[in-house]
Amino acid sequence: MGNIGSYEEKYKNFDWKISEQELEYGKDGMYNLAYYCCDRICEKGNGEKLALLWQGFKGEKKEFTYHDLSVYSNVFAKYLQNLGLKPGDRICLFMERIPELFISFLGVLKMGGIVQPLFSAFGEDALFTRLEDAGTKAIFTTRKHVRKIRRIRDKLPDLAKIIVVDAGDKPLEKNEVAFSMEDAPKPENFEVYKANPEAPSVLHYTSGTTGKPKGAQHVHASIIAQYITTKWALDVNPDDIYWCTADPGWVTGTSYGIIGPWSIGTTQVILDSGFSSARWYQFIEKHKVTVWYTAPTAIRLLMKDGTEVVRKFDLSCLRHLISVGEPLNAEAVIWSKEAFGKPFYDSYWQTETGAIVITNYPGMEVKPGSMGKAFPGIKAIVVDQKTFEPITTPGTVGLIALRPGWPSMFRTYWNNKEMYDSKFKKGWYICGDRSSIDDNGYFWFVGRDDDVINTGGHLVGPFEIESALLEHEAIAESAAVGKPDPVNMEVVKAFIALKPGFKPNADLELSIINFIRKKLSPLAMPQEIEFVKSLPKTRSGKIMRRLLRAKEWGEEIGDTSTLEDD
Amino acid sequence: MSEEIKKLIIEYVKKEYLEEEDEQDVDENTPLISSGIVDSFSMVSLKMFLEKKFDIKIPDEKATTEAFDSVNNIMAILKEFNVS
Repeated sequence: MGNIGSYEEKYKNFDWKISEQELEYGKDGMYNLAYYCCDRICEKGNGEKLALLWQGFKGEKKEFTYHDLSVYSNVFAKYLQNLGLKPGDRICLFMERIPELFISFLGVLKMGGIVQPLFSAFGEDALFTRLEDAGTKAIFTTRKHVRKIRRIRDKLPDLAKIIVVDAGDKPLEKNEVAFSMEDAPKPENFEVYKANPEAPSVLHYTSGTTGKPKGAQHVHASIIAQYITTKWALDVNPDDIYWCTADPGWVTGTSYGIIGPWSIGTTQVILDSGFSSARWYQFIEKHKVTVWYTAPTAIRLLMKDGTEVVRKFDLSCLRHLISVGEPLNAEAVIWSKEAFGKPFYDSYWQTETGAIVITNYPGMEVKPGSMGKAFPGIKAIVVDQKTFEPITTPGTVGLIALRPGWPSMFRTYWNNKEMYDSKFKKGWYICGDRSSIDDNGYFWFVGRDDDVINTGGHLVGPFEIESALLEHEAIAESAAVGKPDPVNMEVVKAFIALKPGFKPNADLELSIINFIRKKLSPLAMPQEIEFVKSLPKTRSGKIMRRLLRAKEWGEEIGDTSTLEDD
Repeated sequence: MSEEIKKLIIEYVKKEYLEEEDEQDVDENTPLISSGIVDSFSMVSLKMFLEKKFDIKIPDEKATTEAFDSVNNIMAILKEFNVS
């Protein structure tokens, strides 16, 4: 039995006030979530407890207590104030997984800024789109990534400060300032910005089928859901050693890689390294990780390397394993039992929900392949794809729909209220994923309801890829779709028609693939290109991605009555 | 010959996966995947480069993150295809 105790009883009698009371949320008018992730833990007498153990790929280590978190986040907050930044300003974090990334997140919030974390593997086009949309005022980065910003800064008039955290004595350029967390003055006290619980806190960009990526805007009160889901769904306690493998450039890396674990007061460990099975197991063994939150893609890569590698390490420290990002296949759950002696528990949520909404719980029967049941306080159903009326017949596929009002729900898309409003139908928030619910209330994922590609647990928008492809000198038109992949669930496949004078060949294919990788990101990079003479279109000229996708998945093509004649 | 191949791969890695003027040096032992120079997604483009350059087809089961983690590891794969 885990922290949640009886799921049925908790679901029946739940009130978000349970979480608010445990957190003492709102005490003395304090609603700023950063306070609850460090200062409050210190006030409870746990300042000397280890909050973060960071390990680099060469094995180097850095440790931070909760007192360190409190002081260093003050350092960031004070520094931003001194630079003239104000509450409500969007401040981007664009760094690899170094301690400064995690701690500056709290620092930005402490001074009232809106923190905009972006995945450091983004190329300059992906970065530009998101900084321009948010009107970002300042960005924290490292020497490794500052060159990408230099190439776009002249097109970003709002971007006043580029703060390089490891500049040392290296020369900097226009609007760039060097800042060292460790060398800066360390204020023990800082007057944390008295944010309203509904004040914007975090801006995470996510992709849709059409248009540019959208900034899902969250508020400080999100911590009410992130705290209790970390405790009940991830089963994290203060005395755990917790490892969340997600990058804070994505929502899992902030909701459950910063806010959740630190509001509980647990010790979290971070490995800033690329993937390697042996390295991961060694890390778990060395630091005695007890709770491990990772992604199906990583689990399938571990499966690929087999159980022999697992047996070389003592992983008996592991107590609870959870997965997120895409549906966890039944084979992975079964393999996990064989490899680690316990199953991975699947969880479902998305950038917009801010916290887990459907999951499997400790003490509850795991049905391999199922996402589990709705979290207490979350009313989740499936609705008809056309009428949006609730589906009551078990096993019938519909769209996952949530009754709005949970604390971590996004409050808008930045600069795009119209798109936000379009996500709500007949009083339900429509997640955009298809699922069925069985007789016992378990959700079974079926797929996306749109053309968004879920690759390695990250959503990639076809429009952004197609727009970037058109910038390549050889490409006349293109379509990007998801194709099945045994490790990443889906990978990007691009169908490309070339301009006259260009001929398909392997050199051109590699050039296009690298072009997108550098402009957007490795996730958006097509892993396969099919050269075609032309693309299927409607009579109004719209590319019919669905036909191309159906072909990749071996599905029925469906209605083609609007297809343009050859 | 094998030194020339190593040099070719190192040059490709520097050109495609590092920024210009990057301070990171790459030699035949430099960790590529575990250091984050080449992430697991981008490994596909490195594999494609090798297949194209040496006219081989590396099976997916051989294309593991460990097998691609250094130029020397990659050389071991190429050797299986008599490229050395």
